[in-house]
Amino acid sequence: MYRRNNHATMKSRTVQKSKTLTGTQVLMEVLKDEGVDTIFGFPGGAVIDIYDELAKTDIRHVLVRHEQGAVHAADGYARAGGKVGVCLVTSGPGATNTVTGIASAYMDSIPIVVLTGQVPTHLIGNDAFQEVDIVGITRPCTKHNYLVQSAEDLPRIIKEAFYLAQSGRPGPVLVDLPKDVVAGKLDYVPQEEVNLKSYNPTYHPNKKQLRKVVELIEHAEKPVIFAGGGIILSKASEELTELARKTQIPVTTSLMGLGAFPGTDPLWLGMIGMHGTYRANMSTGACDLMIAIGVRFDDRVTGKTEAFASQANIVHIDIDPTSIRKNIPVTIPIVGDCKTSLKHLNPLIDQIDLGDIHTKRKKWLDQIEQWKNTKPLAYKQEDVIKPQYVIEKLYEVTKGNAIITTEVGQNQMWAAQYYHFERPNHFITSGGLGCMGFGLPAAIGAQVACPDKLVVDVAGDGSIQMNIQEMATAVQCCLPVKVVILNNRYLGMVRQWQELFYEKRYACTGMDHAPDFVKLAEAFGAVGLRASKPEEVESVLKEGLSIPQPVIMDFEVDQEESVYPMVPAGAPITEMLLV
Amino acid sequence: MQEEKHIMTMLVDNEPGVLSRVVGLFSGKGFNIESLCVAPTMDLKVSRITIVTKANPPVIEQIEKQLRKLINVIKLRDMTGPKAVKREMALICVRAKPEHRAEILRIVDIFRCKVVDVGLEHYIIEVTGDEGKLTALLNLLKPMGIEKIARSGALALYREPR
Ligand SMILES: Cc1ncc(C[n+]2csc(CCOP(=O)(O)OP(=O)(O)O)c2C)c(N)n1
Ligand SMILES: [Mg+2]
Repeated sequence: MYRRNNHATMKSRTVQKSKTLTGTQVLMEVLKDEGVDTIFGFPGGAVIDIYDELAKTDIRHVLVRHEQGAVHAADGYARAGGKVGVCLVTSGPGATNTVTGIASAYMDSIPIVVLTGQVPTHLIGNDAFQEVDIVGITRPCTKHNYLVQSAEDLPRIIKEAFYLAQSGRPGPVLVDLPKDVVAGKLDYVPQEEVNLKSYNPTYHPNKKQLRKVVELIEHAEKPVIFAGGGIILSKASEELTELARKTQIPVTTSLMGLGAFPGTDPLWLGMIGMHGTYRANMSTGACDLMIAIGVRFDDRVTGKTEAFASQANIVHIDIDPTSIRKNIPVTIPIVGDCKTSLKHLNPLIDQIDLGDIHTKRKKWLDQIEQWKNTKPLAYKQEDVIKPQYVIEKLYEVTKGNAIITTEVGQNQMWAAQYYHFERPNHFITSGGLGCMGFGLPAAIGAQVACPDKLVVDVAGDGSIQMNIQEMATAVQCCLPVKVVILNNRYLGMVRQWQELFYEKRYACTGMDHAPDFVKLAEAFGAVGLRASKPEEVESVLKEGLSIPQPVIMDFEVDQEESVYPMVPAGAPITEMLLV
Repeated sequence: MQEEKHIMTMLVDNEPGVLSRVVGLFSGKGFNIESLCVAPTMDLKVSRITIVTKANPPVIEQIEKQLRKLINVIKLRDMTGPKAVKREMALICVRAKPEHRAEILRIVDIFRCKVVDVGLEHYIIEVTGDEGKLTALLNLLKPMGIEKIARSGALALYREPR
């Protein structure tokens, strides 16, 4: 690891001369050094100097219309492109507007760096104009955060921020930049590496523990793999698929894990949990071995924890030790990076004799097939458009190749259930926070990261109104994102709970006064289309998706359709309400 | 599951906001703090925080893991058990009526503590010791009337190998 006065390191490198630069210039140098090509942001008094310098570089700036949008866009950019997303906002309200976005990225472990302006250091604590203690506010929802107190600290802190955001269990890092600090001068020597004595994530799994896993796999009759967002974050899909196929162990994932395993593979069980498939939840209830990788056993996954996989030995592999044994007792805990762990595990499997694995698994896989056939995902086609049908058609028309972002609610769950994700980084959703208003800005970020991809936000009529202003961003920056609104004129998911658990008392969930989304799209300078009958769905999708501009497609769907299966909160996940 | 009392010490970066990260973790996650001490070590860039907490074993495990996860926590040790020396200090203001003065001074003597302030109607007693000693002293002084008390919270250091 790098030490500041390490002779060996100093010699081996060409001696870097220091140059006197302003803080803003140093900031740009470090950002370029970190490979930053895009910043999502919104200017203001405290960051004018930074913007002045930014405009001289070739870093692209995407001007959002609300700082929450900037953070979600950076989040979408990070997830689709596999790079750290960066935001820049001003002090005070600019900073507080980022909090929801930061909290969402924190819950989903997404690597982003948020740069906030701050009042000059001599005014901090003074209730100065647009002063807020954003470091204090975001302490519990960032992986780490910093207030830069002198210009000399700037290069080290920015480097550390990027390093922390993307290493170990990734997450958002916020850096608060007082106006006088970035305007100050310093002797800048590029910093090569980061030296954080207290931060050493464990990437390599314990070998002994892995051998115990192999033994369990050897003897299991009814094994299941449960994979999560960690697989996607550590880019371990290939290794996961290899493990599943050669051991013939069926795979389920959390919402965050969709795409980690091919959604058309015969071993695919579908999603687990509250709106998981019948076969995924039943398999969990019946399995004798669960290999959980890159998951954190969220309550939406486990339902009643005592009943969760209660017949099974549980192996839990995760890079974050706090995730292990937090909610669920495990037989074999393994702290390690998902990819590194699987890379070590797979060759160990090759060394044992699994015999004729297909014969061995037949009984278990037949049982799963039977669950699948008796209770498949289903809905009844009627005269009105069914929301599930829209997603099915979207899947067909895009041939499963689109990047799908979602808002939150029923729309999110139908997207998760009916779009079969083949690859990682193609399903982008606010999983942990469940944050309405996420999908459109996230789509914008994803489109920036992947300009050649079709990016579609599957939206609800309620959620889309939470960050609809970002249509202007999409239009201004020529980002041809597509919005598919499943318009049920309700805050549908809440209405569903009211229907099921509150005797249909629909308190404050009706949304009869939504705007005309077609006209709204046009007002933004985008294209608006509408489908009101089932037979219009496909043609509207085909037309809308082929327009090289931002498009809103408004689908008037069945108002009171519900998401099934559903496990009531706190019940065992094998006790599902079905259609 | 039975709650256990644990005493944890950690070395942390001596920077603004670090204590708030540690304390915020406890309040945010619903962990309990019985006492907390913090002061710089010989290396002024590093402080030592000592926390006494009570929880059942899985929660204790979570607390330790969560603390280790904080970027500013350099090292954490669970000091529970006989391998560490533990001390706490207290200042006790006890009512000292003429008829009780001799008795109080005798107790002070037995417990090897000190009277650091004398008034017409009170003594302030300084005491250092482990939890048991402090509790015993307080129990003996209680009948005279304890007016005020300030306790430091526990400190701990691992015993060096002989
Ligand atoms: C910011 C925010 N506020 C409130 C909620 C609670 N909530 C969860 S789903 C939902 C309904 C969303 O309605 P809509 O976007 O129309 O989606 P639908 O369920 O109808 O598909 C609400 C209000 C939330 N998740 N996020
Ligand atoms: Mg709705």
